[in-house]
Amino acid sequence: MAFNSADIAAFKNVWVFCEQRQGVMMPTTFELISEGRKLANELGVELCGILLGDDVDGIAKDLGGYGADKVYVYNSPLLKDYTTDAYTKVIVEAVEEFKPEVLLFGASNIGRDLAPRCAARLHTGLCADCTHLDIDMPNYKGFLKEASTLPEERIEKLGTVKIAGQDHDVSRDLKMTRPAFGGHLMASIICPRFRPAMATVRPGVMKKREFCNECAEKVELVHPEFALAASDIQTEVVDVVKAAKKLVDLIGADFIVSVGRGISKDVEGGIKLAEQLAEVLGGVVGSSRACVDAGWISADHQVGQTGKTVHPKVYIALGISGAIQHKAGMQDSECIIAVNKNENAPIFEVADYGIVGDLFKVVPELIESFKAIKEAN
Amino acid sequence: MKIMVTVKQVPDTSGKVAVNPDGTLDRASMQTIINPDDMNAVEAALALKDELGCKVIAFTMGPPPAEGMLRELMAMGVDEGVLVTAREFGGSDTYATSQILAAAIDTYGVEDDDVILAGRQAIDGDTAQVGPQIAEKLHLPQITYAGQITKEGNTLTVQRMLEDGYMTVKVNTPCMITCIKELNAPRYLSVSGAFEAYSKPLVTMTYETLKDHPLIDKSTIGLQGSPTNILTSFTPPQKGAGMMLEGAGKETTDKLAGILAAKHII
Repeated sequence: MAFNSADIAAFKNVWVFCEQRQGVMMPTTFELISEGRKLANELGVELCGILLGDDVDGIAKDLGGYGADKVYVYNSPLLKDYTTDAYTKVIVEAVEEFKPEVLLFGASNIGRDLAPRCAARLHTGLCADCTHLDIDMPNYKGFLKEASTLPEERIEKLGTVKIAGQDHDVSRDLKMTRPAFGGHLMASIICPRFRPAMATVRPGVMKKREFCNECAEKVELVHPEFALAASDIQTEVVDVVKAAKKLVDLIGADFIVSVGRGISKDVEGGIKLAEQLAEVLGGVVGSSRACVDAGWISADHQVGQTGKTVHPKVYIALGISGAIQHKAGMQDSECIIAVNKNENAPIFEVADYGIVGDLFKVVPELIESFKAIKEAN
Repeated sequence: MKIMVTVKQVPDTSGKVAVNPDGTLDRASMQTIINPDDMNAVEAALALKDELGCKVIAFTMGPPPAEGMLRELMAMGVDEGVLVTAREFGGSDTYATSQILAAAIDTYGVEDDDVILAGRQAIDGDTAQVGPQIAEKLHLPQITYAGQITKEGNTLTVQRMLEDGYMTVKVNTPCMITCIKELNAPRYLSVSGAFEAYSKPLVTMTYETLKDHPLIDKSTIGLQGSPTNILTSFTPPQKGAGMMLEGAGKETTDKLAGILAAKHII
């Protein structure tokens, strides 16, 4: 029978695309497996990984450790390096064969290349760069009460949407929540008429579960037959180059000291101060988009809507005015400290502690104070 | 050879944004701009035009005022504009949008040595999905996140940026490439270009124009044809006000360090 994405009843199980590069699993994959486990439990179904690569069985077990029941593994020299064509073909054919009801990808530069192409071929919906996922309505409503300004009576009434004039019950639909309009608005998207419901999920947002050794041993590896030929691939990967310089690990950092336009009068000096402050705290340097656009610092430092989303223990914003796009990437930090000359800077709206002053004067004092208190403790 | 570029007019979300009481965006109060990544795609097209002398056509889907944006692009050097506009197209999600734009591009005609360029993503939705989905609907190869493009004959060599480096990928025309801001610095419109802009051809494609194309069907376009629906939209709550410390001297920073240490934050 021909594949029909509208035959909702035929679809079952939650799938996660397990992205690996050069045979190493991307950390986001484990976040997605952990989140996928939650969704699979709410639906009462299995959680499966789909892993493509060349001889990658060895890295499949870890997926079990984070909650996968089963991993579909597709090995081929043609899948060693990512190509849109090969990966799309294998994933689309796997979906047509096994019919998962939910399919998640990391919102990486690869996930965001691959997922739209798969969704278009499968004729289903895809929600980009999600920051929150739910199945259960009570959980979803609880989330809205915390994370939205919607009145409670409106939240309680949620449950159906009108589709082609008919009331549709959303209780088994994946509720995919994401920022829109640069973080000014949030929207929850559903894909009620087609399966799988597909989402790319922003790296660094979902929490990893604790690794379970026993579960890793129990995970079932499946090697379905598949057809893939060199002629299926219309692009040629000439080389894959890792950035020579070590990229800053913003997502894993507990302490981030970020710089903004406020360093303009002495860019090098400002960055140096941020580095020194970060060093005292054992942290790393981040930045606003303005500094990246101005060429003062490389893009891997960028925090915000178009950069990275971070939630360190402490986020120190130096000379950052706090555009909504920047706030979108850092406002969930546990403690936010802002230093800005302008007392009306929007960054103070999200700061736990604010100092109005020139960062070039305040930061050297901060370094001394932090050093002293660390030595005293 | 010709280059087709897809562009979008978007609300400028970089400044203060007004939100209606019902949680939707107050678009009327906002300026519209050409989506920033699309400007990089246009620049890439114009750079290839400078080098190879090919024609550049800009495609946009949107309400009739989007014509103003197409004229602006013509003033920069774009040769032709295609405005895809119809009530039937309204409310389209990325799937339905790509269906319509692919039909428009196909109706215009894709030849073997053509290149289609798009911005990586638009700042209103930030989805990055329409480029790849147009490529899929046209059965063309795609390269996204292009940080560098060189063309030799009908082969393009693209540096496709990754979070931790890049891939060098080769592809033959016709193909779709999506562009990021690192690719180039968009040029300004020129005075002579502004004079010429209004004499350049602008084609409007409506539902009537496209309705017989196989990609255009009531079940695959517009709100009805969109696989995704919005369940709710809302504004996040503002975080409670924090503590503004008095002064900016050593005593202030000492006080802050003391508070953080007492709370075991540092």
